[in-house]
Order: sequence, then structure tokens, then C-alpha cells
Amino acid sequence: MIWTMVRASWIILSRDRVAQMLTFLLPVLFFTIFAAVFGEQTHSGTERIPIAVVDEDHSLFSTRLAQALGREAGLRVWRPRAARGQSLPESLSAPLNRRRGWALVHEGTVPVAVVLPRGLGDSFGRYDTAGATIQLLADPSDPIAPQVVQGLLQKCTMTAAPSLMARRGLETFGRYTGGLTRRQREVVERWLPTLDSSGSWGGARGAPAGGTAGRAADSAATARRRAAASGMVPVEVVDVMAGNQARASTVSFYAAGIAVMFLLFTTSSAGGSLLEQAESGTLERLLNSRLGMGGLLFSKWLFITLLGCLEILVMFVWGMLAFRLDLLHHLPGFALMTVSTAAAAASFGLVLAAASRSRAQLAGISTILILTMSALGGSMFPRFLMSPAMQKMGLCTFNAWALDGYIKVFWRNAAPWELWPQLGVLCGITVVFLALARLLARRWESA
Amino acid sequence: MRTMAPPVLRVTDARKSFGSIPALDGASLELHPGQLMALLGPNGAGKTTLVRAIAGRVRLDGGTIELFGQPVNGSLDRAALGVVPQEVAIYPLLTARENLELFAHLHGVPRAQVKRRVDWALDWTGLGERAREPSRRFSGGMRRRLNLACGVMHEPRLVLLDEPTVGVDPQSRERIYEMLVGLRTAGASLLLTTHQLEEAEARCDPIVILDHGRAIAAGTLAELVARTVGGRRTVTFALETPPAAPVAGLSGEPDAPVLRGELGDVAAELPAMLARVEAAGCRVRDIEVRGPSLQAVFLHLTGRELRE
Repeated sequence: MIWTMVRASWIILSRDRVAQMLTFLLPVLFFTIFAAVFGEQTHSGTERIPIAVVDEDHSLFSTRLAQALGREAGLRVWRPRAARGQSLPESLSAPLNRRRGWALVHEGTVPVAVVLPRGLGDSFGRYDTAGATIQLLADPSDPIAPQVVQGLLQKCTMTAAPSLMARRGLETFGRYTGGLTRRQREVVERWLPTLDSSGSWGGARGAPAGGTAGRAADSAATARRRAAASGMVPVEVVDVMAGNQARASTVSFYAAGIAVMFLLFTTSSAGGSLLEQAESGTLERLLNSRLGMGGLLFSKWLFITLLGCLEILVMFVWGMLAFRLDLLHHLPGFALMTVSTAAAAASFGLVLAAASRSRAQLAGISTILILTMSALGGSMFPRFLMSPAMQKMGLCTFNAWALDGYIKVFWRNAAPWELWPQLGVLCGITVVFLALARLLARRWESA
Repeated sequence: MRTMAPPVLRVTDARKSFGSIPALDGASLELHPGQLMALLGPNGAGKTTLVRAIAGRVRLDGGTIELFGQPVNGSLDRAALGVVPQEVAIYPLLTARENLELFAHLHGVPRAQVKRRVDWALDWTGLGERAREPSRRFSGGMRRRLNLACGVMHEPRLVLLDEPTVGVDPQSRERIYEMLVGLRTAGASLLLTTHQLEEAEARCDPIVILDHGRAIAAGTLAELVARTVGGRRTVTFALETPPAAPVAGLSGEPDAPVLRGELGDVAAELPAMLARVEAAGCRVRDIEVRGPSLQAVFLHLTGRELRE
């Protein structure tokens, strides 16, 4: 009798494709995604940290240091790109200044801008604390990049201008010991040029800076300003987000990430009411009224959008009350992102419902899709900590665009008009998915 | 000879196939003002397809449907048409009043008249005292009545009902038919599908029998009987003991205390038949005379074979 029941259960499972997918496919899918996110098996190349370099000194040393940073295998120096077939505008082709470097970090183009200050070349190698300090303008949302850049910077200063470093060492030596003899100076002068020509400076392609998994965790996210005096040159990390009116906080990441993921679950479930009504006969009755399928879909989309707005609002209000999330100073951007996100999620829910044949099928498909999109799109793990390839792949998901928008609002204090790429994509998703849902819903109309 | 007003519904040679399976294969019928028409047929005969086609929810492959003299082709004046589905298609979490208000709005009842119509419907269904209760707490019969009311909030002139009494107790069934009579009295024409042959026999006129997608018979019960099984009555004699010998004009089963025969004129023929039975030495315990039923007509027309 027990065996009979086991056999019956097995037959039922073998005929239930949704249950099979949830049991066997979903775990494998998730393993693959997380392995790709956290591991390095999907990309064999070295992950390079994008940086901007601002040379305010224009000395031989600063120039060589900038060049050495550019050759460093672990770094990718940002350079403006012109549109195909066009030349760069003058504002972009000019060398970067500190303000532009700051802006590049603030808008999220690079996580770190290295500022080589005026007087760096003169003070380099003096072995005192009075020299110019290199500044790393850093976005604390990526706590690892400044640490890696700092280490590579020290390496580059050692190799950028070895002759200069030796000359400064000898000058310091002479200051305290009375100097070299004439014969010694002649020997040194012959030797110094060979240092630079030997190629030992800056030419070395260093070991990979390490992938995401290799980076050490760091608490720089909360550091507002910190000097790193060890090494050849003093280095100071400057938090470009500190001092803003808004409180930059990791809470905003998680509020947005969790809110968007659960919004998708809510909307797919609410969209499922369409299937419920089809199964109960209510849909047939509604279609026999003056409402029509178009009116029905639009009314459902509107309701689910409002429901989604309310859900996100509750999440962020709780974040404000419990975790001091600065909602009140970001209301316009928050409102724009919330409405567009909820609208797109609502149309997503309707497409899923219209494409599904039953509630059980909808539950299975939506679970797989939403968890996958959430993993790739940054709801579970910040996208900026993923490999570049995974970050690009994440842009195929609804979550990534929504989260990018919220991060712009809460982290980068972006003005509402700066949200246009995210708003544009979300509105596009809304329109396309609504049209698709309408098309798919034709199966419920006249046969 | 009766003079008929122009039909409110005329279906002519309706054809519809789903894939290679024909659901309607030349069905035709006419419904005249004030009539309560029963559409009968075995499962799969095409009843629901025909009702959905009339409601504009199924596009015909061929044939025509006219409502109030206008052909139905996609655009349909829904103000004149009410549809009551077989499923109890109401919102269980809404109260009776809220359900009625919702469907009144959806059927285009002017806002100013919604309250009047809802009050009428609550009274009509006998749900006035439970108006503020969620309908999920209602019994099956109450839900059926509410389901019916939701389909006629806009006072349609033609109401299509798909098995409106399925799964309810005799009291609720009685009440539902009283409600239908009320609609009919108010001037609506009704077309209902049902498997309850006794109800159709007792309540509906005319009757249309659909089979294999075609209307194979239509008319009053008397007309159907006359055209099929005829007007002869069946008489059954219950005896105290099985008859010892055959009786002329009657049949029986071996060793069973029963004899059966047929009568054309009961008053004229029954006394003579009874005399023959008694003359054969049988003592009669009971006599049953049964007229031709719709079931007999139905089985005569559609056969006894299972369809599913």
C-alpha cells in the first residue's frame, strides 16, 4: 500500500512539468547564476578596475605615473569616447580636471579617480611628510576598488621614475652626510639614465589585480576621509558621497533590491487573478459586459501599478523609520522611480499571467523568472560587485534598471532628469509588455 | 393559427468547428418575444457553443445570428443582452450588494439608477437581509440567485442562461424559476440550456433539442411528442402474482407480476384492457397510466448511447 502511494506520487510528478522544473531545473539554474556571480569560471580574463586619472602637476614624475597606471593590468583608465564618426567635443578632449574626476565618480562611471596634485613631482622622494598627497576620490558603494587602486598606486610610484627616485635619495643623503665626492657624482650621473632606459619603470605587467572573489573586504564604505601615509607617497582616500545633504547608506541598496524583487512577486500574483477569473467563469462574464478585454487589462494594470507603488512606499517608509533612510530628501526621484517601476512590474505580471495556462504554471514560471532576474539584476547581490560581463548581462533584467534608478536617487543624489535612461527603459518595458499582454489575452476573446 | 411577432433571436444554419471537430453543424432556431426557450441536448451537442456564439463570444464559420433583427458580427449591442454563465461567476469576497453594484456598472446602468436596480435585485433574489454579507458565506442556491441577478442588472430584453439551476436543491430551483417567470412577465425573452428535462417539460415553451451541432427538433412538448413517440399512453398493471398465461395486447417479463400495454384513448380502451387481465385470472394490485414524456422524446431523438 505504501509502495502504491509512492508510485502514484512519482507518476504525478512525472506528468507535472512545473513541479519538475521547480525541483530539478531551478536549483541548477541558481547554482549556475551564483557560481557565475561569485566565482570566475565564466570569464578567463582579468577583471580590471576602471579609474580616472587627473594630473594637476604635469611634471615628469606625474606624467610617468599616469602612464604607469594606464599600463597597469589591473586597472582600466577611463578615456572619453566619441560617437562613431564624430570627434570629441572640446570639453571632453581636454585633460581631466579634479572637478570632472569627482563627477565621474559621483555619477558612477568609475569607482575611483586618482588625483595627482600640483607639486607631486617636486615632493616625490623627499622622505618627509611635507610632500604633496595623492588623492583617491572614491565611491564608497564599492569598498574594494580604493584598496586595490591604493596598492597598485604604490607599486607604480616605485617603478614610474626610478632615476628620479634615486636622485632624490642621493640629495637627501647629501643633505645629511655632506654630499658625494666629485668622482662619485660622475659615476652616479652616468648610472642614473640607465635606470629609466632599462625599462624597469612602469613597464611591468603586474599580476592580476584579482577578481571580485579575490578582493579583500574592507570597511571603506563608512570611511569619510582617510590618509594612507605608508608607501612612497602619501595617499588620501576621499569619499565623494560624504558631506552630501543626504545620508548615503547601504540601506537604500537593500530597500530597493528587496522591494523590487517582492514587487515582481506581488505583480505576478495579482496578474494571476486573470487566470483565476478565467477558471471561475468570471472572466467570461466580464467579457460579456461592456468592459471588454482591453478595459479589463487596463483596469488590472492600473490597480497592480497602484498596489506596487504602495508596496514600495511601505518598504521605504519602514526604511526611513527603522534605518534612517533619507526618503524625504529624495521624494521627486523616488516618486518617479516608484511609479515607473511599479508600472513596468504590473505589465510584466500581466504578460506572465496571459502567457500561462494555469495558476500552477504561472507560479512555477514566475518563481523561476523572478528569482533569476533578481539574482542577475542585483536584488540579491549588488551588481557593481559582479564581473563586468555579469553586470552587462544584468542589464537584460527588469531589476537592474529599477535598482540603478533607485541607486542614482539615493546614493548619487541624481536629479530627476538624470534618471532618464532608467525611466525610458522602464516605460518602454511597460508599453511593450502591455501590448504583449493584450496580444496574448486574445485567446480569451472570441474563439 | 398563432401570429408571431418578429423573433428577437434568429439563428440560421450556424456552423462552427474547433479544429476538425464540428461543434455546430447547421443549427437553426428562432426565439420570439416573451418566450422561455429550453435548449436541450446531450453533452457535447453544441449548446454552450451556440449560446456563446449568440453572445458574440464565438465567431461562426458559417451561418448567421440576428438579434432584434440585426446581424451579430463582432459588434453587439450588449445593452439588450444578458448572459448568465453556468459557473457561479461572482466575487466571493464582495457582498451581495457590492457584486450587484459592480455588475450594474459594468453593464452600463446609469449611475443614478444603480441603487434602484440593486434594491430590486436584492428583493427579487430574496437576499435583502444578507445584502451586506460576503457572498462566499452564501449557500449554493443563494449564490445561484445572485449569479442570475448579476446578469440582468441592465434589464436586458434577451437573457441567455447556461444551466441556471445546476447543483441546487428543489426549493432553490423553484425560486429560480419563479425569478425567470418574473423576467418573462417583465417582457424579457429567455433562452436556457438545461439537462433537467422535467423542468424544461414543465416550465419552457418552446423546446429545442440539439444534437451533433444541429437542432433536430423544435416546438412545444405536444408537438414534439406528436412528431416522435406519438400520443399513446403507457399502462402498467401491478399484479399480486405473475400471470399464468399471456394476455392479449399486453407484454410482461417471465415470472414478474407486471403487465404493460399501450393505449390511444384511455377512457375508451382501459376498461376493456382491465377486463382482459382479470379474465386471465390475474388479480390487479395497482394501475399506472403514463403520458409521453420529454425524456421519451429526448431518448427517441438522441438515442441511448453514451456520448462521452
